[in-house]
Amino acid sequence: MMALEHISIRQGNFYLQEIDLYIPTGAYAVLMGQTGCGKTTLLELFCGLRNAVSGRVLLMEEDVTHLPPGARCIGYVPQDHVLFPRMTVREQLGFAPRIQKWSFDDTKKRVDELASRLGIAHLLDRFPQFLSGGESQRVALGRALAVRPSILCLDEPLSALDEDTHDDVMELLSSLHTTENLTILHITHSRREAGQLATQRHILRDNTLHSEEISPC
Amino acid sequence: MLLSLIGRGLFQPGEVLEFLTSPPIRYALALSLGSSALTAVLSVLFAVPIGYLMSRFPFRGKAFVDALLDIPIVLPPLVVGLALLLFFMTPAGKMIESHIRVTHAIPSVILAQLTVAAAFAVRMMRSLFERIDPRLEQVALTLGCSRGQAFFQVILPEVAPGMLAAWSLSWARAIGEFGPVLLFAGATRYRTEVLPSTIYLELAIGNLDGALAVSLLMVVVSLIVLVLIRTGGGIGGALE
Repeated sequence: MMALEHISIRQGNFYLQEIDLYIPTGAYAVLMGQTGCGKTTLLELFCGLRNAVSGRVLLMEEDVTHLPPGARCIGYVPQDHVLFPRMTVREQLGFAPRIQKWSFDDTKKRVDELASRLGIAHLLDRFPQFLSGGESQRVALGRALAVRPSILCLDEPLSALDEDTHDDVMELLSSLHTTENLTILHITHSRREAGQLATQRHILRDNTLHSEEISPC
Repeated sequence: MLLSLIGRGLFQPGEVLEFLTSPPIRYALALSLGSSALTAVLSVLFAVPIGYLMSRFPFRGKAFVDALLDIPIVLPPLVVGLALLLFFMTPAGKMIESHIRVTHAIPSVILAQLTVAAAFAVRMMRSLFERIDPRLEQVALTLGCSRGQAFFQVILPEVAPGMLAAWSLSWARAIGEFGPVLLFAGATRYRTEVLPSTIYLELAIGNLDGALAVSLLMVVVSLIVLVLIRTGGGIGGALE
C-alpha cells in the first residue's frame, strides 16, 4: 500500500495542506489534475525526493517519511524518462542491481530478463540518444523495475509518445502491473489512460484530493 | 612577433635557438610548464566541489560567496599579488611559512597562479553543472545511490570533458600569469622566474630581441598544448 497522512507541503508561494491519500496493495492509481496543481510534488514525496512540512508517508504499512529515496524500494520513472546519457541500455538496466551490490551473474540474468520482457534486447548496446521515445520509455521502465520494487511511480509516462507507441506502452504497463505484482501511481492528464488502466482515480483540485474507485475497461 | 624579429633584421635562427636553450630560459620554461600544469590540476580539484555546491544548493550568504569567488577575476592582477603578500604577513600566513617556505619560492608561483586560475575554473565548472538535469541525480537516488554515489556515478561522467576544458582554461590562464607572480614570488633567476617574468627581465635590461624570442616561445608552447588538448580530449563543445 501507499499512503499520505495529513501531508502539508510548502514551496515558495505554492502549498498543499492536509492531503490524505490511500492506495491499496496491487492497485493501479492514476493521479490527475491541472498543470501546476502539485501532482508531481505528491509523487516525489512518495519517492523521498521532497520533504513535507508535516504529515506521514507510508509504504507497505511502514512509515518512510524520513527514509532516503534509495531505502524506499520504489521504482520511479520521471517525465521525459531522464535516461543516463553516458550509459548504454545494458548499463541503465544493470545500474540499480550494481549499486545494490547484486552479483555479476544475477545482474546479467536480470538485465537479460528485463530486456526480453520489455522487447529491448536488440537495443542493449545503444546509448539513449539513439533511442526513439517508445524505446526510451521501455528502458526507463526496465531501469526502474530492475531490483524488483513492489511500487512503481510514473510521472506522465505516455505524454510524449505517438499514438501507436502510446498504445503499446499502455499495454505493457497493464501487463507489468499484473505480472510483477506492482502497486502503481501514475500521473496523467488523459482520461483515456485513466479509463483503460486505473483501478483508482485521484483528482487534485483546489488543494483538495478527490478519490474514486473505478473499474478498468 | 616573428615578423618583428625578421623585420628588425635580427632573426638569426641559430642565435635565437641558442638564447632559448640557455640554462636560465630552460629553467623558466620548465617552471612555467610544471607550475601551470600543477596549478591547473589544483584549480579543477577546487572547482569541481565548489562549482557543484554553487550550482545545486541554496544557502544563506550564497550571493556573497559567489561575489567572493569572482574577486580574483575582477581585481587588477597586482592587487591579487599584493593581497597574497599581505596574507603571508599575518599570523596565519606566518604560521604556514613556519612549516613550508612559500613567499619568494616555487609554492608562491603556484599559489599566485592558482588564485586567479581557480576562479575561472570554478565559473566554468559551475556553468557545466548547471546544464545537467538535476533529475538525473534524483533518479539515481531512487535507484539506491547515496548522494556521493549519484555524484560520482552519474554527474561526474557527465562533466568529465568539461573538467578537461577547465584544466586547459586554467593552464592557459596560469602560464600567462605575471602580475601576482611578480609581486608575490618575485622574478629570481633559477628560483621563481617563469616565462612572463623572463620577458619582463629581458625588457628591463633592454634586450628586446630576447623578450620577443621568449614571447614567441610562449605562443608556440601554448598553441601546441592547447591544440593537443582540444583535439585529443574532444572538449570543443564544453568550451563553447
